[in-house]
Amino acid sequence: MGYQTKTRITALVIHGILICGAIIMMIPFIWMVLTAFKTRGQSISVDPFYIFPNGSWQFGNFSQVWNSYNFLTLYFNTLLMILLRVIFACLTATMAGYALGRLNFPFKRLIFALVLIQMMVPSQIFIIPQYLMVSGLGMLNTQFALLFPGMVTAFGTYLLKQGYQTLPKELEEAAEIDGCNIWQRFYKIMMPLARSSMVSLGIFTALFAYKDMMWPMIVCTNSSATTLAAALAKLQGQFTSNYPQLMAGAVMAVIPMLMIYLFFQKQFVEGIATSGGKL
Amino acid sequence: MKRKLTRKQKTEAKWGLIMVTPTLIGLLVLNFYPIVQTIYLSLCKTGDFGIGNVFIGFGNYIDAFKDPEVFQAMINTFKYAIVTVPIGISISLVLAVLLNRKMKGRTFYRTIYFLPMICAPAAVAMVWRWMYNMDFGLINHALGTNTGWITDPSVAWICVAVVGIWSGLGYNMVLLLGGLQDIPKDYYEAATIDGASGFHTFFNITIPMLSPMLFFIIQTGIIGALQLFDLPFMIMDTTSRAFSSVKPITYLFYEQSFIYSNRGYGAAIVVVMLVIIGIITFAIQRLEKKWVFYN
Repeated sequence: MGYQTKTRITALVIHGILICGAIIMMIPFIWMVLTAFKTRGQSISVDPFYIFPNGSWQFGNFSQVWNSYNFLTLYFNTLLMILLRVIFACLTATMAGYALGRLNFPFKRLIFALVLIQMMVPSQIFIIPQYLMVSGLGMLNTQFALLFPGMVTAFGTYLLKQGYQTLPKELEEAAEIDGCNIWQRFYKIMMPLARSSMVSLGIFTALFAYKDMMWPMIVCTNSSATTLAAALAKLQGQFTSNYPQLMAGAVMAVIPMLMIYLFFQKQFVEGIATSGGKL
Repeated sequence: MKRKLTRKQKTEAKWGLIMVTPTLIGLLVLNFYPIVQTIYLSLCKTGDFGIGNVFIGFGNYIDAFKDPEVFQAMINTFKYAIVTVPIGISISLVLAVLLNRKMKGRTFYRTIYFLPMICAPAAVAMVWRWMYNMDFGLINHALGTNTGWITDPSVAWICVAVVGIWSGLGYNMVLLLGGLQDIPKDYYEAATIDGASGFHTFFNITIPMLSPMLFFIIQTGIIGALQLFDLPFMIMDTTSRAFSSVKPITYLFYEQSFIYSNRGYGAAIVVVMLVIIGIITFAIQRLEKKWVFYN
């Protein structure tokens, strides 16, 4: 057997395996979408492979779930929480990361040790006191409650410290000679260069906020104040076995992040590959 | 003894402190004070309706050690971690090795495998719950079986583990692919010239060169698995008979603290969890020094 045929067969086998894997990965998504367009009767019909629902696709499930759960509010809550968390995380972490990565100041090592300790501790340990604080402030079921634990980020501080440390110091020295003070050096020169770390942090923060269920389930029990992820748990409680409606809800919860992912696919995957987040 | 700082060093110190302050205050208020308070709460008995705390020492911990529910939740959580982490990482490693070459459709495969990672776990769990459904589920139809995948306690935990593995494949694969691409090509060239088989190069070059990344993934994977929360209760009903065989420790914590408002007991459970995760992290790092090959 020639070398060429051999490599061609290897390539075929590899593609075969990868395609099988890809199908397994896709089946739940396909099934979710197909079920969402069926009537309840069709969804439990004897032949589940009767894929195209009798006659026409049913859009009723979407409007029913949309109306009974006020998805517009859920989208708004989730989006606002993500935006606020990303802004807070990027702002606080970029400053702290620069300070820890490039400046000398008292208690620097102690503060960095606190950052590392926070990263190692499972986050569940903070939850009861954080809940008590939010409830003490009378802020349960508000946007503030959703933002609260995400106001600062130890992981982000660490990520940006690493990012700033890898930048060449000549740039900063040149700026210093040109008469820039520390803030100008940070704001005008270093911060734009650390952009890729900030993009990674933004993606992590957004994904984490979007996927988190425990915190919104605890502080936003009211269904008009909660997020998509937490609302799905309630939806499941209400529509128990009406799977087409549940799947319609799941589709609506998944779509926004899916669109963002397909647009920024490269940034998502590379951001994670280069910094190895803690999701 | 104080060193005299130059003016330049003083401004630097001033700016450093100003810039780190928001994060420092945040960490102290949102994280370090809560650690102390959680430990204190774990030593208290919470009154009815979650009101009032009375210091009782180690009572909650003694109760937790005697509580069969806590024991069961620990077993469930460990079982989940022991099954999902090695299987998940092995499959991801195979996929990463297959993808680590010039080929058509690489980005396409990567995008697809990564997909579960960007979905709300609640949505993912709901679909699997529907596929596992005994009477009308896709899996029973496809296999021609009539198994109660998520109602039978003996298989339910495996079904949850399958979803866990499925969800994490793409993430591990992307990290491993990054690690594979950092291995210098000349190592493989030299091995080919020496006539090493694919099998040999995999175990003598790929695995040792990849070991730092593998350890990172194993460590974050175990810690992540021990903190599993949402999948089990979204895949099956909390009232289901099988739920007690999959209920993880974080759910028990949530249930005690926020459904039964028994915060003292909940805090004790989470402190025990913290200690266990701490011990495991420490053990893994000791092993890392022994086994990981750093260039």
